[in-house]
Amino acid sequence: MSLTLEDPRVIEFDVRTDEMLVNMGPQHPSTHGVLRLLLRTDGEIIHEITPHIGYLHRCAEKIGENLATPQWVPYTDRMDYLAGMNMNLGMALAVEKLIGLEVPEKAMTIRVLVAELGRIASHLVGMGAYGLDLGTFSPFLYAFREREIILDLFEELCGARLTYSYFTIGGATHDLPDIIPIPPGLAALTKRNKNMKLTWLEAVEMFLNWLEPRIQEYHTLLTRNQIFIKRTAGLGILTKELAISHGCTGPVLRGSGVDFDLRRDGEPIYTRYYTGYDFDVISAPFEDAPREAVLGDNWCRFFVRMMEVVQAIKLVRQAMAKYPKSQGTYRVPYKMSAKLPVDEAYLETECPRGAMGFYIVGNDKAEPYRARAKSSCFCNLSVTAPLCEGFLLADIPAIVGSLDVVMGEIDR
Amino acid sequence: MDTLLAANSLAEYLQTNGVPFFGPLDESTAMIFAAVVHVALVGAWFGLPAGLFIWAERKISGRIQDRLGPTRCGGKFGWLQSLADGIKLIQKEDLVPKDADGLMFRLAPYIVVVASFVGYIALPFSDGWAAMTLDVGLFLTLAVLSLEVLGVILAGYSSGSKWALFGAMREGAQMVSYEIPMAICALCPIVTAGTLNLNEVALLQSGGAWNWNILHPFNFFAFFVYFTCATASCKRAPFDLAEAESELVAGFLTEYSGFRWSLFFLAEYASMFLVSGLAVVLFLGGWDDGFGIITAIKTAFPDGLGNFIANVIGLKVFLVKSSILVCVQIWVRWTLPRLRIDQVMTTCLKYLIPISCFLFAGTVAYPLVLAKMFGQTSIIGAPAGERLVQPREVPGSTSLESNGINPAGVQVSTASAERSQP
Repeated sequence: MSLTLEDPRVIEFDVRTDEMLVNMGPQHPSTHGVLRLLLRTDGEIIHEITPHIGYLHRCAEKIGENLATPQWVPYTDRMDYLAGMNMNLGMALAVEKLIGLEVPEKAMTIRVLVAELGRIASHLVGMGAYGLDLGTFSPFLYAFREREIILDLFEELCGARLTYSYFTIGGATHDLPDIIPIPPGLAALTKRNKNMKLTWLEAVEMFLNWLEPRIQEYHTLLTRNQIFIKRTAGLGILTKELAISHGCTGPVLRGSGVDFDLRRDGEPIYTRYYTGYDFDVISAPFEDAPREAVLGDNWCRFFVRMMEVVQAIKLVRQAMAKYPKSQGTYRVPYKMSAKLPVDEAYLETECPRGAMGFYIVGNDKAEPYRARAKSSCFCNLSVTAPLCEGFLLADIPAIVGSLDVVMGEIDR
Repeated sequence: MDTLLAANSLAEYLQTNGVPFFGPLDESTAMIFAAVVHVALVGAWFGLPAGLFIWAERKISGRIQDRLGPTRCGGKFGWLQSLADGIKLIQKEDLVPKDADGLMFRLAPYIVVVASFVGYIALPFSDGWAAMTLDVGLFLTLAVLSLEVLGVILAGYSSGSKWALFGAMREGAQMVSYEIPMAICALCPIVTAGTLNLNEVALLQSGGAWNWNILHPFNFFAFFVYFTCATASCKRAPFDLAEAESELVAGFLTEYSGFRWSLFFLAEYASMFLVSGLAVVLFLGGWDDGFGIITAIKTAFPDGLGNFIANVIGLKVFLVKSSILVCVQIWVRWTLPRLRIDQVMTTCLKYLIPISCFLFAGTVAYPLVLAKMFGQTSIIGAPAGERLVQPREVPGSTSLESNGINPAGVQVSTASAERSQP
């Protein structure tokens, strides 16, 4: 065997490159819980991506068929654990639609107020976790600092910090609390006395006053950051047609330029909650977008979330002004043993991550014959493969993160 | 005391004065003894900044993120946290994955540590206070620093994990590319100074802030390019692609745990301090305080205790300057998102290399153009390129000048005047 190479093509055929199968998840740090992505890569370029789900399946829907509807409420906030309030609301509304229950005005005001606070908390996590996906830690901790106060406020409201079960059939479990000790985080941030007492609504007002100027800072840190724009703008472009055909909803759909929000365009039983409120539906394209941004890219989806926080703040403020004038009670009684009519009802509500639907079939029993949840994240996740293929490995967290999926909701 | 200070090295001191109860030592014993002491000292300088900056990173990142950082361990500010973590890491199970190539897997952390450890050899902490004052100081430092990438590639390749392999591939591409503009930018002050000896480069900038290389118009930009490249070659954010936790789990560190993992960590912080120290020596005047105080003390007391005190002050100035640069690296890390690998490579190959080449050419041409047009080679401070110290004797001889302490050398006007006379 000689060491000289007679024909340079020999070595060319000798060194064969192969595709590599990489298993990303379910314990990968950036797959938002337990998503498993099977990648077929050529170096760092993704040729094929297959999402595998089901690692967080907890039989929530089957359990719902063995429980009275108010008993199923605690299972719903464990689906999308970052927006428990909104999930409770969607489920309660579906049952109310089935039995034809009208809630009083006061309960409606409370529901809007608290659900929009929940939306702020959820989008803050979405923002922070997206920063984490792109490799910056600090926005995540800032987001959690703000969210912590919302959780403190919710704790005063219903005793729970994550799984609230606050909205139930017929209204909410409690009225808004009156005098509360100031949440420690809020006292530290606004430099108030730690032993201060104030009403719950005052605390919310104080928090919103703190949060509003911070949003500009997040824009400086992330949205307008040149590296952030380089990593997000023009990447993961989800066209309007693709978004609609995959059934995407929420900020993902609006980021693709579809002006659709169930709070405005949904069923009357849900939209009447928001009549009389002044808010905008945020959808791409944006006039102040950076030059590199394309309709339906990561940047647009992220920006929709950020702008929705502003709108949610606006809604909370209006609900706070409306609350003292609201008539009626916070809840109409609903008996646990009340029988559901032999009928079916399906209702979608606008959760932070998209249109979350609940389907309840009654069978003249307290327990529903069928209880099903239609996940928004499931549809949003289904666009992963068309979006990621052909991009680099580093773009997967950027694209999947911009879809902002919660696996608990997908697997239920 | 005076003899110890005047001696060229510890070995020489041991040969002439000896140790208590043993008397003067013969040459080989003295050399071995001196080597042990030197290694211990450099080792301390290696471990100390690493431990200190790990603590500082936690504390600073805590403050940046509106947290407290460590508060309990060691009393007030959690200053013993790094030590406590080190002890914890040493106790951990010695894990080698089944698929790993055992020998290379075990070898990799030592290569990385030794590479950044040896880089400290030529770094002068104060006038003549280097483990070895080498005439090829910068060359050695850069060469040894680029050895670090070998350990990283070895770690990634031998781990038997695809994430580690990805990390190693990225790291290999990134570090090798960034070495080029980094070295070219480090050469700019070398051209200005006319020597590769780091001690002399720093000495030429002493006497006041107006003598620092950073005020040279081309070196000014070279400093920022150098610092960017140095950040990248230390694998620090926003260039921390090799261990990008959101993409590659932990990159080449994925399979490492316990003591080996902590060695990688120590090496990272040590090389952070090393490249910052190099930046201080090359661009920011080394141990010079900027007001000429140290130079004044040195001129007043050319040898003995006064000189020693001046060196101690210089050491502190050097440490403060380097620490500020390290803190800038920490600050950047906790602020910016991570770049993507193609963007990192584009930044290097399309922007930094041409810029650094231009700066290098500019540094070479600048004194010539000035001399042609104005008849002088510098605008600010003493003339660049002519601020040469007196020629020195070869290190190793017993004369005082070869100790790296040369008070005459800092008197720039004398030196240049002597040179200008044919």
